[in-house]
Amino acid sequence: MKQLLKNKNSRTNMITYLVVIVAYLIMQTLNSMDMLGSSVRGYLVPLCVYISLAVSLNLLVGICGELSLGHAGFMGIGAFSGIVIASLLKGTVQSDTLRLIAAMIAGGAMAGVMGFLIGIPVLRLRGDYLAIVTLAFGEIMKNIVGNTYVGVDDTGFHFAISPTKMRLGEGGKYFINGPLGATGVEKLANFTMGFLLVMVTLFVVLNLINSKEGRAIRAVRDNRIAAESVGINVTAFRMKAFVVSAFLAGMAGALFGLNYSAITATKFNFNTSINILVFVVLGGMGNILGSVISATVLYILPEAMRGLEDFRMILYAVVLILVMLFTWSPKFKEATAVFTGKIKGIFRPGKEAGNNE
Amino acid sequence: MKKFVALLLAALMAVSLFAGCGASGDEGTTPQTEATGSASGDEGTTPQSESTDSANAGSEAPALKIGMTGPLTGSTSEYGLAVRGGMEIAVEEINAMGGLQIEFRAEDDEADGSDKAVSAYNTLKDWGMQIFAGAVTTGSSLAIAAETVNDQIFMLTPSASAADVAMTGPNIYQMCFTDPNQGASAAELMAQEWPEAVIGVIYDSSDAYSSGIADGFLSKAEELGLNVAVDDAAFTADNKADLSTQVTQCKDAGCDMVFLPFYYTEAAQVLTYADTIGYQPTFFGCDGMDGILNVEGFDTSLAEGLVLMTPFDANATDEATVSFVTKFKENNDGKIPNQFAADGYDVIYALYDACVAAGIDGNTPAEEACQLLQEQFATLTIDGLTGKGMTWDENGMIAKDPAAVVVTDGVYVPLG
Repeated sequence: MKQLLKNKNSRTNMITYLVVIVAYLIMQTLNSMDMLGSSVRGYLVPLCVYISLAVSLNLLVGICGELSLGHAGFMGIGAFSGIVIASLLKGTVQSDTLRLIAAMIAGGAMAGVMGFLIGIPVLRLRGDYLAIVTLAFGEIMKNIVGNTYVGVDDTGFHFAISPTKMRLGEGGKYFINGPLGATGVEKLANFTMGFLLVMVTLFVVLNLINSKEGRAIRAVRDNRIAAESVGINVTAFRMKAFVVSAFLAGMAGALFGLNYSAITATKFNFNTSINILVFVVLGGMGNILGSVISATVLYILPEAMRGLEDFRMILYAVVLILVMLFTWSPKFKEATAVFTGKIKGIFRPGKEAGNNE
Repeated sequence: MKKFVALLLAALMAVSLFAGCGASGDEGTTPQTEATGSASGDEGTTPQSESTDSANAGSEAPALKIGMTGPLTGSTSEYGLAVRGGMEIAVEEINAMGGLQIEFRAEDDEADGSDKAVSAYNTLKDWGMQIFAGAVTTGSSLAIAAETVNDQIFMLTPSASAADVAMTGPNIYQMCFTDPNQGASAAELMAQEWPEAVIGVIYDSSDAYSSGIADGFLSKAEELGLNVAVDDAAFTADNKADLSTQVTQCKDAGCDMVFLPFYYTEAAQVLTYADTIGYQPTFFGCDGMDGILNVEGFDTSLAEGLVLMTPFDANATDEATVSFVTKFKENNDGKIPNQFAADGYDVIYALYDACVAAGIDGNTPAEEACQLLQEQFATLTIDGLTGKGMTWDENGMIAKDPAAVVVTDGVYVPLG
């Protein structure tokens, strides 16, 4: 354990897990004591979803150095395939938890497969093509799902891309009803599953980063030519990061979809993708704990500012800009370094405060 | 200096986080009874609410809390702000009358169909909302509807028109026509007035409202044997900046009647483009078309002869409409109210009438109010701005006469 803590990487990882676990325990205790209002209780699951989205996107943007503008597209694929799977399993699997897990895995797998298919042509290219293609992918997915009709009736499973071509018989039920999206979804998600999702995401991402693969992925990010020259298969490693990231986003999407009784495809648009990217950028690229914290703060912020009524979205934007300006200014970094140095100094008496790392 | 500013900023952010939470808490606790009211609303424990009632028996009843969510920011904020404006006028009028007082609060749901909508609704619930008069958009309403069923809070939506909204639960009612019904009545009207017309339908396939009406229209048209030449001229929210292809498609198919089940902003484009290519069929719109005469930069002469089915006419000369329009203009920088505002106004009055009849006041717990209101709405008849003698069926869908008008010399003239 001591050996483990000496290593700076594993120490940071431990802190990340600890922060998440402690936060979960506090919220769960407060929740069981009925001390949370409905709105705070309502934030818990989407917050977990956004944290895992931010962490999984950070793997791609921060660690792999690829810009993806279609993360919400993967989330949407996960959400809708998760909803369909959960509804189909309704009769056969009794346990809600098992159904949720199956839906999440199916959602993740669907998103992963889509990620793989997109990755085949795009990840071979140099430059920002991934950003362009994922941007288009997210929009295409939104429009396809918005025109998809999936349902069951007595005669079996139906699928169509036009409302006039699909007429369900008596007692038929739509899983996805075109622009209305999925309606009448059974809410299976809960905070504990959200927490587990965050933990799984952290576990996968942090272990990947600190593994042989992770070092190769970072080598590709830092210098592609040098990485190639030592025999690293650039496309394969970028693909690994991309598919893992898409898979995790799909899982998060499935949990998100199953947390609401209705969801439309327009939710998974460009704005949501950018929102997740903002969490990653403001949390620090490559900084996993940073993503967790910034997703939390930035998700809660506009909700907490509801008291400001019509001005809240303007203020939210202003806050984003100011945070960006200040956290990236060298003066601010110096100030925080002095501050953290002082805090560290308290715990390590006898050493000069400013001299610590 | 920068360090100081940064610290100040961080402090401000932290404070604003708590200030937001605090504000909602504060408002809920002004009179003590409201705090307990909200607690009982959350947990649904009857013993607690009973103790509240007895504690308040002597004092005056607090105001009835009605909440609403809608898009108050973003690209669809026009609808949310209109509904809020209409509701505020109704609340002002009712409170000025004395008697039952209403405390009204609107929250922004950004027209989102999932987390934002539910959290806007939850904020209202924490505030102690007894009756929910939202949401404005269909997507948000669908997400919130299931929550109101769980919480047993009565919901009367001013403008969420999908049939699925009312079908979510017995406590959900609609003030506007449902989409398939509106499509069907449009088809009936066409069969009656223009049985020989060659019809083209342009609709927004990414919008539940538009595709719902188009779907209802097409199935009814098939039943009535109307001649629909173009039924696949769809567009989506992403490519609605240019609708020339769809208009040309209708022109090439020789349609002399074009059905436009979408909002007036896009309709203005269609009319303008049709004029530039010299295409002059009869255009036929739905309630979303109301407002086309007030679009900025739109030549209203192009709307001459446009037929639309709207429950509300801002130019009507009856007393209620005139007074409403005047007040709305005063409150909203001279903006002319559209049917959204009128629906919002009617919602508050419908709720007020039902509450007075059922004896609901600020002390009634939300669940109890929900039960009482369901009983009331089964038999309630309302005369409002958007219709006379409006009633609701057992599903919570409204029954009112669809009124069709023709634009003649820049004003609505009843059809026929």
